[in-house]
Amino acid sequence: MRFERRAHPSRALTILAPICAILLALLLAGGLIAIAGANPLKAYRLILTGAFGSRLGLSETLTRTTPLILTGLAAAVAFRARLWNIGAEGQFYLGALAVPAFCMLPLVSSLPGPILIPLCLMAGAVAGMVLLLLPLGLRLKFGVDEVVTTLLLNFVAVLFVSLMIEGPMKDPMAFGWPQSVPVPDAAILPKLMDRARLHAGLPLALAVAVAVWWVQARSVFGMRSRAVGLNPRAAAFAGVPLGRTLVAVACLSGGLAGLAGAVEVMGVKAYVTTDLSPNYGYSGIVIAMLANLNPLAVIAAALFSAVMFVGADSMSRALSIPSYIADVTVALSLLTMLVAIFLAQYRIRR
Amino acid sequence: MSVLFDILASVGMWEAVLRIATPLILGTLGVLLCERVGVLNLGIEGIMTFGAMIGWLTVYGGGDLWTGLLVAAAAGAMFGLLHALLTVPLGLSQHVTGLGITLFAASFSYYVFRLAVPTASSPPTIEPFRPLAVPFLSDLPFLGPVLFTQTAPTYLALVLVAAIAWGLYRTPLGLAVRMAGENPHALDAQGVDPILLRIGAIMAGSALMGMAGAFLTTAAFNSFFPTMVQGRGWICVALVVFASWRPERALLGALLFAFFDAFQLRLQTVVDGVPYQLFLMLPYLLSILALVLMARRARVPQALMQPYRRGER
Repeated sequence: MRFERRAHPSRALTILAPICAILLALLLAGGLIAIAGANPLKAYRLILTGAFGSRLGLSETLTRTTPLILTGLAAAVAFRARLWNIGAEGQFYLGALAVPAFCMLPLVSSLPGPILIPLCLMAGAVAGMVLLLLPLGLRLKFGVDEVVTTLLLNFVAVLFVSLMIEGPMKDPMAFGWPQSVPVPDAAILPKLMDRARLHAGLPLALAVAVAVWWVQARSVFGMRSRAVGLNPRAAAFAGVPLGRTLVAVACLSGGLAGLAGAVEVMGVKAYVTTDLSPNYGYSGIVIAMLANLNPLAVIAAALFSAVMFVGADSMSRALSIPSYIADVTVALSLLTMLVAIFLAQYRIRR
Repeated sequence: MSVLFDILASVGMWEAVLRIATPLILGTLGVLLCERVGVLNLGIEGIMTFGAMIGWLTVYGGGDLWTGLLVAAAAGAMFGLLHALLTVPLGLSQHVTGLGITLFAASFSYYVFRLAVPTASSPPTIEPFRPLAVPFLSDLPFLGPVLFTQTAPTYLALVLVAAIAWGLYRTPLGLAVRMAGENPHALDAQGVDPILLRIGAIMAGSALMGMAGAFLTTAAFNSFFPTMVQGRGWICVALVVFASWRPERALLGALLFAFFDAFQLRLQTVVDGVPYQLFLMLPYLLSILALVLMARRARVPQALMQPYRRGER
């Protein structure tokens, strides 16, 4: 048995493959739910009603989709250029921490919202960028593989956040809880729904996704970053500046992850803790792969993950199934998606 | 200065070095076996988590400690098989598949753990491996407690280093393993199927990763809790580069790393005014430093991350 690349993968197959992959992942996770002694169909119905069935559920789902779109984009743009940024988690945290840190500067907190909000978002993005430029620098200068360094820096970043919120950025009004000073009211993103957490971060994330899609598909930079990913030597021969393109990709990717952190802290929590992110950075990798690195498909993949996470929370309360089933399903769907994309591109020959 | 000397002279610290090093030795050997046949295995972090969970759960459910280790190794091998099937015959991206395995194995272990132990405010404990004094040798001053009163899995890990080093350089199978990572086409021409060999080596390496995780819950601690692996898997991936893909240097790297870890743990308690987070960052920063020092010098297996398809280049 061997595999042969299809010359022209059919359109139907390319569209059908991801759907089959998700269904297979749901089927496998359904098996795990059945083993735990619950009816999988009932569980999935509860997940759907939990995520969409009420105004509050819908708000939670969309609130959760917002950072996932941004971290998904962060991974997608990096992976396109074969820059293995596995550090979105750490970049998210630094991006979040940058917002209260920036607002602590003299004069900044008295700025009016329309000026302060974009500045805070930028501060978050820059913090994320810096954390990714570090390992990229090590790769370009010393030939250190960035996979391991970005992974290790995630732990360093969270410890740094912990250090800051227990030290110079500690909120004195928090009764000794380790949390950062709050973000001033002027920097809080406007709410989109009454008495619900959904905030202006969602339209922002959607706009960013479209912008990233445009940059990837239509700009010289997008073409170069794809070329660097597909074949760095050929790209270099064709005159693509390798180092500079990678630096630009790293700025975009780290910036998006940092932006995710800033949006989360300005939209939802208003202060930083070390449990701000339920693995948004790592989920972003899955989402990027589920979307096959397509920035617009990232939106759908992020929504799928958010539905699983929010829905599983309410399902687990009703059926006493551990809510970790959501993480299991999403991780499984990554693996099934990889196989599905492969089968859409190759045919099996005996 | 005398504080530093006191720490360095204390038996307790040197005793801890081998204990801290054991999961790193096992994990690094695991990564090494996978990469020697040309496959990156980023599943290690999740496989270690699952090994820690299933090893603990086996003992908690009434199995004995060695059964726990064995079950963890078997579970590791199964995740290894999954990783191998996706990356070797299918040739999927080794980075992404490995991360997928990590995310799946980790979340699956939390799921199983929560099913088995539904409500527990404090994690339930088991009776872990006791230190095993080697007759006579353990009576030696200083060296006795440091080297010869460790738990049994630590001795096993040391034996495995020797066994793998010997197997890799002194046996035909070892030669084939090394060839699978350097030049699988030549191996195929010799009549050995690189695909099967790669799958086998990845399973063996992943079994070691499972054991590395189980050591954490059955010897180093006595209970399981989520996120307990704490990046040790990633550190092992870094240590393999530091070791230049050689088992004996992997042992050295793990010991060196464990020494710094044991040292910073004790330093934390005596040094005032330095935030504890800075000490906790050290292991990760040291790993990055090790990578920077060795990246250009290390001899990377030539076919690392290159899928093998017969008749294709």
